[in-house]
Amino acid sequence: MVAVDARTATKVVVQATINGEPVQFLAEPRQTLLECLRDVLSLTGTKEGCADGNCGACNVVMDGRLVNSCLVLGVEAAGASITTIEGIAPVGGLHPLQTAFLEQAALQCGICTPGFIVSASELLKRNARPTEDEIRFWLAGNLCRCTGYDKIVRAVLQAAEMIHPAA
Amino acid sequence: MDDFEYVRPGSVGEAVALLAEKPGRARAMAGGTDLLVQLKVGRRTLDRVVDVKGIAELNEIHVGSDGGITIGAAVPCHRVYDHPAIVAGFPGIVDSASIVGGIAIQGRATLGGNLCNGAPSGDSIPSLAVVGAVAVIAGPSGRREFPVSEFCTGPGQTVLGADELLVAIRLPAPPPRSFGHYLRFIPRNEMDIAVAGAGAWVALDEAGVVTAARVVLASVAPTPIEVPDAATAIIGTRGEATALEAASEAAKAAARPITDMRGTQAQRRHLSGVLTKRALAGAIARARGEHVPGAHEAHRVHASATH
Ligand SMILES: Cc1cc2nc3c(=O)[nH]c(=O)nc-3n(C[C@H](O)[C@H](O)[C@H](O)COP(=O)(O)OP(=O)(O)OC[C@H]3O[C@@H](n4cnc5c(N)ncnc54)[C@H](O)[C@@H]3O)c2cc1C
Ligand code: FES
Ligand code: FES
Repeated sequence: MVAVDARTATKVVVQATINGEPVQFLAEPRQTLLECLRDVLSLTGTKEGCADGNCGACNVVMDGRLVNSCLVLGVEAAGASITTIEGIAPVGGLHPLQTAFLEQAALQCGICTPGFIVSASELLKRNARPTEDEIRFWLAGNLCRCTGYDKIVRAVLQAAEMIHPAA
Repeated sequence: MDDFEYVRPGSVGEAVALLAEKPGRARAMAGGTDLLVQLKVGRRTLDRVVDVKGIAELNEIHVGSDGGITIGAAVPCHRVYDHPAIVAGFPGIVDSASIVGGIAIQGRATLGGNLCNGAPSGDSIPSLAVVGAVAVIAGPSGRREFPVSEFCTGPGQTVLGADELLVAIRLPAPPPRSFGHYLRFIPRNEMDIAVAGAGAWVALDEAGVVTAARVVLASVAPTPIEVPDAATAIIGTRGEATALEAASEAAKAAARPITDMRGTQAQRRHLSGVLTKRALAGAIARARGEHVPGAHEAHRVHASATH
């Protein structure tokens, strides 16, 4: 981890790896990682719902762990490796979760969708064939006001099947 | 959030000096899941945030040769519930660590932050207190240790001085046939703050008789509260229904709940009894070698070996 010393400057230079690319940006200590992603780096795929950790719309992967980017300071990203929704799809294609969300109509307004897809992708990395219960538990920190969740759960089940077809 | 200075010291000494330099205007940050929310809504303003995650000692989980475990104050919940020695020896603490928020919160939130935040509803505090956990504290004049059971002094208030840092939480070696269990009541299945909670711990002799016990309640008083009468009611028994009932009555008598948007006084008092009875029964079953799943064990996905 790179040490950040903000004692002398309001804005801090932060070097991180975002979606596999080395990135350098300026952050005020009070800016959240979410604000840095959206307002400084123009990575607006990550959404703000509640801004207090309850909705999961802002979820990103930081050093291999799912986190709420609204509850991480941008300066904490120094030296970290971060994956946002923009880093989920392979070049020129869609992640199976994205395909499944489209096919299952697992979104309406779509504001929760990036958070659900980033979160679900971390689940499928750890558990190739999650049960419905496991999916619902893993996604308990992601809120959706539109779909009623059922289609989201079905989309995750479909994506798991697409990635690891049952024998 | 109002402007503040962000520092990430690499040692305990440096962190303490950074806190001591701005008494009351600097605070430690571990996972930030309480602190950043408080800063955002303006419940707190600070001149300096001292990120403690860069201090090696605070990131360690150390298993002693006697079976005691020291959990660094910056260790997030997911490392607690994925640690084999903690799972084997302290399942009550695993119960708690796996219900703090959801997966994304557990990627950052620490037991240390839960304790230092001092909320009466802190889900890990009863589980830590009942196993006799000790807070290891560093300040300008050195280190001191303080029992977790007496750490909280009021809502959001603790024994920590403004210039003190929680270094670790030390879990003493568990006696043979001793285990804990934590249960809380929330209206949802996940992601909510306890309406009431109960942590219980027992030790059995070879014949299965309870020789020692502790019960600590959450969310039913200005701080987590210990219920010695519930322990007395269960000690010397095998956890028969009458003994559990007596412990439950003791918990109800000890609870000093308030009515708020999460629940009424009467409901919280009732829950104190029910949860105490169930947590004690679960702890006794575990101490007998039976498997008692944590609140979410059936659903929890274990992290792969890569993390
Ligand atoms: C969506 C959401 C859901 C939540 N659900 C739950 C829940 O179910 N149960 C529950 O109990 N809590 C819950 N919380 C609250 C919070 O996540 C926990 O209290 C968590 O354990 C705090 O840990 P942290 O590392 O994030 O603490 P921080 O926010 O970093 O710190 C909390 C407090 O402790 C102080 N502190 C932290 N580390 C130290 C240290 N080493 N030395 C001195 N002081 C220190 C800080 O200054 C601050 O005052 C939830 C929070 C959110 C946002
Ligand atoms: S915006 Fe971060 S959790 Fe809602
Ligand atoms: S699709 Fe609108 S919030 Fe989920």
